[in-house]
Amino acid sequence: MSKKRDEFEDILEERRLSSDLRYAMKCYTPVIYKGLSPCKPNAIKSAVLQSEQVQYVIKQLAKEMGESPDIIQEEATEILDEMGHSMQLGAVRFFAFTLSKIFKQLFQRVCVNEEGMQRLQHAIQEHPVVLLPSHRSYVDFLMLSYLLYTYDLALPVIAAGIDFLGMKIVGELLRRAGAFFMRRSFGGNRLYWAVFAEYVKTMLRSGYAPIEFFLEGTRSRTAKTLTPKFGLLSIVMEPFFKREVFDTYLVPISISYERILEESLYAYELLGVPKPKESTSGLLKARRILSDSFGTIHIYVGQPVSLRTLASGRINRCPYNLVPRHLPQKPSEDIQEFVSDVAYKMELLQIENMVLSPWVLVAAVLLQNLPAMDFELLIEKTLWLKGLTQTFGGFIEWPDNLCAKKAVMSGLTLHSNIARLVDGHVVLNDKGVEDGAVGEIVFKRALAILMCATYRNQLLNVFVRPSLVAVALQMTRSFRKEEVYSCFSFLRDVFSDEFIFFPGISLKDFEEGCFLLTKCDAIQTSQQEIYPTDKGSVIVSFLSTMFRPFVEGYQLIFRYLSKETKEVFTEKQFIPGVRNFVFQLLEKGNTQCYEALSSDMQKNALAALVQLGAVKKKKMSNGFTYNVNQEAVNKILDMFDARIPVQKPVAARL
Amino acid sequence: MKWNGWGYNDSKFIFNKKGQAEFTGKRYRLGGMVLPTFKEWIEKTFGASLEHKTTSRASLNVNDVPPSIVNEEFLQDLRATKISYSQDAEDRVFRAHGHCLHEIFVLREGMFKRIPDIVVWPVCHEDVVKIVELACKHNLCIIPFGGGTSVSSALECPEEEKRTIVSLDTSQMLAESGFCTGHEPDSMEFSSLGGWVATRASGMKKNIYGNIEDLVIHIKMVTPRGIVEKNCQVPRMSTGPDIHHFIMGSEGTLGVVTEVTIKIRPLPEYQKYGSVVFPNFERGVACLREVAKQVKKSWMLASLKNTNFSTRRVLMVQCFWQLITKGFLSLQFKGFDPNILCVATLLFEGDREKVLQHEKQVYDIATKFGGLAAGEDNGQRGYMLTFVIAYLRDLGLDYYVIGESFETSVPWDRVLDLCRNVKERIVRECKEKGVQFAPLSTCRVTQTYDAGACVYFYFAFNYRGISDPIHVYEQIERAAREEILANGGSLSHHHGVGKLRKRWMKESISDVGLGMLRSVKEYVDPNNIFGNKNLL
Repeated sequence: MSKKRDEFEDILEERRLSSDLRYAMKCYTPVIYKGLSPCKPNAIKSAVLQSEQVQYVIKQLAKEMGESPDIIQEEATEILDEMGHSMQLGAVRFFAFTLSKIFKQLFQRVCVNEEGMQRLQHAIQEHPVVLLPSHRSYVDFLMLSYLLYTYDLALPVIAAGIDFLGMKIVGELLRRAGAFFMRRSFGGNRLYWAVFAEYVKTMLRSGYAPIEFFLEGTRSRTAKTLTPKFGLLSIVMEPFFKREVFDTYLVPISISYERILEESLYAYELLGVPKPKESTSGLLKARRILSDSFGTIHIYVGQPVSLRTLASGRINRCPYNLVPRHLPQKPSEDIQEFVSDVAYKMELLQIENMVLSPWVLVAAVLLQNLPAMDFELLIEKTLWLKGLTQTFGGFIEWPDNLCAKKAVMSGLTLHSNIARLVDGHVVLNDKGVEDGAVGEIVFKRALAILMCATYRNQLLNVFVRPSLVAVALQMTRSFRKEEVYSCFSFLRDVFSDEFIFFPGISLKDFEEGCFLLTKCDAIQTSQQEIYPTDKGSVIVSFLSTMFRPFVEGYQLIFRYLSKETKEVFTEKQFIPGVRNFVFQLLEKGNTQCYEALSSDMQKNALAALVQLGAVKKKKMSNGFTYNVNQEAVNKILDMFDARIPVQKPVAARL
Repeated sequence: MKWNGWGYNDSKFIFNKKGQAEFTGKRYRLGGMVLPTFKEWIEKTFGASLEHKTTSRASLNVNDVPPSIVNEEFLQDLRATKISYSQDAEDRVFRAHGHCLHEIFVLREGMFKRIPDIVVWPVCHEDVVKIVELACKHNLCIIPFGGGTSVSSALECPEEEKRTIVSLDTSQMLAESGFCTGHEPDSMEFSSLGGWVATRASGMKKNIYGNIEDLVIHIKMVTPRGIVEKNCQVPRMSTGPDIHHFIMGSEGTLGVVTEVTIKIRPLPEYQKYGSVVFPNFERGVACLREVAKQVKKSWMLASLKNTNFSTRRVLMVQCFWQLITKGFLSLQFKGFDPNILCVATLLFEGDREKVLQHEKQVYDIATKFGGLAAGEDNGQRGYMLTFVIAYLRDLGLDYYVIGESFETSVPWDRVLDLCRNVKERIVRECKEKGVQFAPLSTCRVTQTYDAGACVYFYFAFNYRGISDPIHVYEQIERAAREEILANGGSLSHHHGVGKLRKRWMKESISDVGLGMLRSVKEYVDPNNIFGNKNLL
């Protein structure tokens, strides 16, 4: 079933054999877009400033605010100066040199599918290209630019968060390497929006450089794909909708790390120890990680997807034909839905091509067998899970001749900060447990579990459809397809912010889940019924256990909210509140669900309730406030606890 | 007139004994001119070769022609009116088609499934009234015929039509005028005034004289319901929606236009051609837009063409010779890339002083856009070329090259994007449909308005190796039209809808709009006597 995927090449191998300096100074004549008329970064800025689009907004604002257009134009210039990149070959060469040194130090191998690079090369020449990498680490965009430099392709311009500018020198260096900076939120600022959108579109239309940004919007702290953000995507799609370009290629890129550079930072952050502000000195301190090893990186450059093909037959062209193209136009509902579909499709493609290391399997097994697991059993289970993962279409990169024992062992060595082998048993590395107070023990344990979960999480989106069928089977304790489907559909809704589901195809997801379970002989289905086979119960129980932290975690969080007495609260109040609540339960030993401490899960659970209508979200001047409908939360909780059957109209044809 | 191609029998492109292309006949200025590089061009562009030739049937095979089925009572009535008519096969086939590619292809290699059963030649309004009355009486289908230059399948007889089809030829109804109407469509020599009105035609000199809707003062039309006309001949009237607009563009679905009063002007005192070379198509379009903005009610017309892979470039070989003596070298020094430069041809008409004044104004603007004056001769040649370009297709057909032009109108800000995208779409579709040779896909701006321009696309490809070239061609043309619409272009600027473009009518004018037209048709012609099935 798993489709044929490309072979990988290690690009560091060449770097270890020849001079980095020569590599950095190599003759770089990149492959560029066929219609490109070369221009300097500053020329783009002035084109943006003079564009009808920006000028229109400037005039509008001038009229509304009674200001002189010159002042607003001045403001626009400042925005552009703050935002704009100033790509220079010198800076690129500097990075090429230093990154070579650093990467060789940090990573064993950096593996790339060369065929993907060839496809990309072809795409870059043909149409404007948008690179859509997954985002797990700051290394992502450095690595991608490094890669394109290595393969003599046009270097991308990268949408980066404005906080990088806080780092002296480094911010400016990144700017010269092609980063442009966007403020975190600018929804209300029309001038900013106009300038930013036009800046991106100008670069896209002229084919100036591939445009790179992260659909997830930020680094996923959990290594689980985040639900997509639509703003930038809709900006880069607009030139095609308006037919200013013939087509645009969207290229999903999956970057996976055997060991994530920021793993412990993330775990702290999820537990509420604040994220250190980006600063140059912080980066220098991070140098000590240079002595550590972070294993292999796999970069899979997916098949470029033609936007034209995606849009064919879907877009009503009328709205774009009746308004002059330089006027700002709010996308119609059709378009918004289309943008959202494309975003999910791209993320699903990222997930499909994301390489899974053996350690990911180890972590998933280990988390189900805490506090300690027999080493031999772990190996056996890991092998078993490997087979299952492959049946589900997971992309495991397992070195050909490597025996299971060695694979597990090498994972343990690389991740010795998370788990280690003690007397033939593998235990979590939550050292210092014995001496601390109860609270500290819980915290340390949570830290280790969250780090470990970061790796298991990489499996979840591959497993989510069959697993939710398994969970539904257990929750309903029924074999009737209709009931199982209702429950599945309910779970899918509840977890819609937690996992990536293509919008609106609940039934299809259910069928796929059933299909995969049937394929591994875990269940049998008839017209009306689903029942686990004898040998299938192992799989069904493994799958539902895999997702239990989420089911239990959500239950805890919902329970907290159902008791929440405050009328109105903000997210800033909610997170510490629920954290304390869970923490106390853990201290008392009333739950073992450490993952409920993760602020990521807490936010997702809240968002789910908002979507299910049990919590009202209101926009206030200083952010969002929430308002709980206790009755509704209780009802959802009851469904979750399987005290009442899920009430949901069943889809017409199963 | 040719029976299976465009225009006069004596005028055509041929390859002479030396293998050089030549345009025969003395009717056009291009006549007798040798085009030495044309052969190389056609070989290079299409991968065509003089050895691979297709030949059309030499003449019509009368046995293939569907029989004429006319009931005797109608014939008796018709004879009584003394209107001349014919049931001759050649007369009927000649009126069974326009000049779409597939129609010409059928003429060369096959036969239409349905053709008119009888052709009638009324000579005056009263004759037409009688014929329409007879048609109503005997329940016949009338298809009006003007010059037969339609490129929208408008003249094709609906295959499922069971009634007798009467082709009502009006081409003989126009008398010599001696004035100038200023309306000069590319098909001027062959098309008819009634046809112009029925299709909302447009001519090259529309910037000076206007389109048909600007020229018409009065129309008289015979319909099954009776005669429709206005009571006076005034420059403008405010009496509800203008009924002329139901007639113009009705494409023969409502009745027969029998009398048209149009504005005439004295022949222009002074006429001057001109041309400008631009470094590229983008600059040329920008210049035309600026001219449209600055030069009020322009006394000139301009057409602009990207010479890249263009037929015109080849045809203008001799012009380039002159260009060399006139300064082609200096053009090269100025950094014009001959592969992407583009030429605008100009014609100024009016009184001498005004013409010179406008000419200066236009050249001044052109200079700002990097244009260089390229001489009067080039302008005149370009203008003449418009009339002979239609002859080119027949030559291509002899060498496995099929092609067609189609047009649209588009707002200024979308001209460039539309041109680029449609050309690209054509190239892509050809590849997907298995066309083995790179197609010719080019365009030119032929008309300018305040708010936009009319754009022509030329599309041709070598069909060797394709079993059903016409089907492939039609699929590609359809895709190109989809692309035009998606880019904010219109369904048609002046070719009309006919049956070829009906599928997009709803999208073009909305449901309600279509309903309005339908209800007019239902009232005027409830029994669908004018049953050519165009438009709706």
